[in-house]
Amino acid sequence: MKTETQNLQHDAKMARRAFLRYAGAGVAVAGLATVQSCSSRTEYDNEDMSGGGSSDKTDVGSGDVGILNFAYALEQLEAAFYVKVADSWYSGITDMEKMYLSDIRDHEVSHREFFKKALAGNAIKGLTPNFSSIDFSSRASVLATAKAFEDLGVTAYDGAGYMLKSADYLTVAGKIASVEARHAAVIAELLEPGSFVTNAQVNASGLNIVRTPKEVVSIANAFLTTKISAKNL
Amino acid sequence: MNLFNIIEEIEKVDPEIADRMNPRRSAIKNITSFGSKVAAAALPFALGTMFKKAYAQTGGTAADVANVLNFALTLEYLESSFYNIGLDKGGLIPTADRNNYISKISRDEDAHVLFLKSVIKDSLKQQPVDRASLQFDFTGGNGSNDGPFATVFSDYATFLKVATAFEDTGVRAYKGQAPALLGNQVVLTAALSIHAVEARHAAALRHLLHTKFSAALKPWIESTATAGNDTGISQVNGNYDKEQNVTHLGVDVTTLPETGNSADVRSATAAFDEPLTRTEVEDLLIGSFIVSNAD
Repeated sequence: MKTETQNLQHDAKMARRAFLRYAGAGVAVAGLATVQSCSSRTEYDNEDMSGGGSSDKTDVGSGDVGILNFAYALEQLEAAFYVKVADSWYSGITDMEKMYLSDIRDHEVSHREFFKKALAGNAIKGLTPNFSSIDFSSRASVLATAKAFEDLGVTAYDGAGYMLKSADYLTVAGKIASVEARHAAVIAELLEPGSFVTNAQVNASGLNIVRTPKEVVSIANAFLTTKISAKNL
Repeated sequence: MNLFNIIEEIEKVDPEIADRMNPRRSAIKNITSFGSKVAAAALPFALGTMFKKAYAQTGGTAADVANVLNFALTLEYLESSFYNIGLDKGGLIPTADRNNYISKISRDEDAHVLFLKSVIKDSLKQQPVDRASLQFDFTGGNGSNDGPFATVFSDYATFLKVATAFEDTGVRAYKGQAPALLGNQVVLTAALSIHAVEARHAAALRHLLHTKFSAALKPWIESTATAGNDTGISQVNGNYDKEQNVTHLGVDVTTLPETGNSADVRSATAAFDEPLTRTEVEDLLIGSFIVSNAD
């Protein structure tokens, strides 16, 4: 297998641009953005060349079911994160923060359980998260991660919506997408008042940025022990 | 094909494309995040081409798509005018809130107006709704300027509450139009992207009301089993009706395995925002905030 280093050396200029592109998208965890934008490039190349992708990844599938499983994967990740946040609050948490984060946990659990039930036999398995990079005792670490997840969720739903063939599925995706945007905005507000529509997330035409499923997956996989693939979307 | 993909595809055959577009490295990230004047200037060209391509791929006619976007444009005119009048009223909006919230929301709404007009006119070659054909009454009084929100531009809390109702209604309106744009990569994606920004606005305004006026409002819409409206303002009950729905694709969220209060109606309704049809939105706004001229 071609290593990431070789790829980067071979293609340093493009990787540099890829980094700049995704850094512009404002992933809150700065170091993560670097790693992700580079490794995502590698992943595209590997997948494109091998065709089949890595066998140890959970593939979300194709078509509308694939899109819904893609959403289910993200909701699993978000729900697991907030459950852990609420299991042991970070030090110095305010009552308002506790209320907001508890509510968001409950919403994400509802999203997860909704997709699980709606997908039934077509649902992907339960994913094992890897939150080793997060300091759950630190307000800054928790809120930065929460912001990154919510912003990621918004770009994922907005970026994949057009791929859906079913109007009913599209409507449901829209129902959840705007709630993710509400979460994203208020977590940004907790970090810094007035930061709910920064130009890292909203462009000059007033449009929220979007990501392709592959871009989303490469970011999400940094937080998953069970890696996912969206190569058939 | 979205803009990121286009640039990536071009890079495969022309690795210097980013430098060709702008020789300054620092500008590259701004082009892709649309965060700069460079991006603002370059955008119409890129988008114009993309929209033409996207339109060629979709089954709907240009007139059908423009019809949907003109509905959206009407709502954006309403919001844009509302914030611009508010920002012009001395003493209405505290300076910190002006800088942190209202100016930013106003900027986005103005951008939505320009964007939609440009898409309708330049890309779809159709006629945008004329702003001059619309008369607004932000008191909700259908032209009397003495409606239920008579103090909208003199009382800040009222201003924020009307703003919240507009934003929440905007989210519902865009959501309701999504199926009409099914499969249209560029136009649907743009509509969903505006939809998300309206939701960000709504959440920030609700958060502001919560922190500033101790309103019971949360950033999300918490309905009860019988009432969608959580704002405490009965005049906007219709704007929130059906937000109390808990069943999607036949799945009742209140019956799902619970963590915390996730199966409670308040949480279950807050976790899903509901759409409104065009007719529902027009019935809510025309004859109150949008003046209807009786024949």
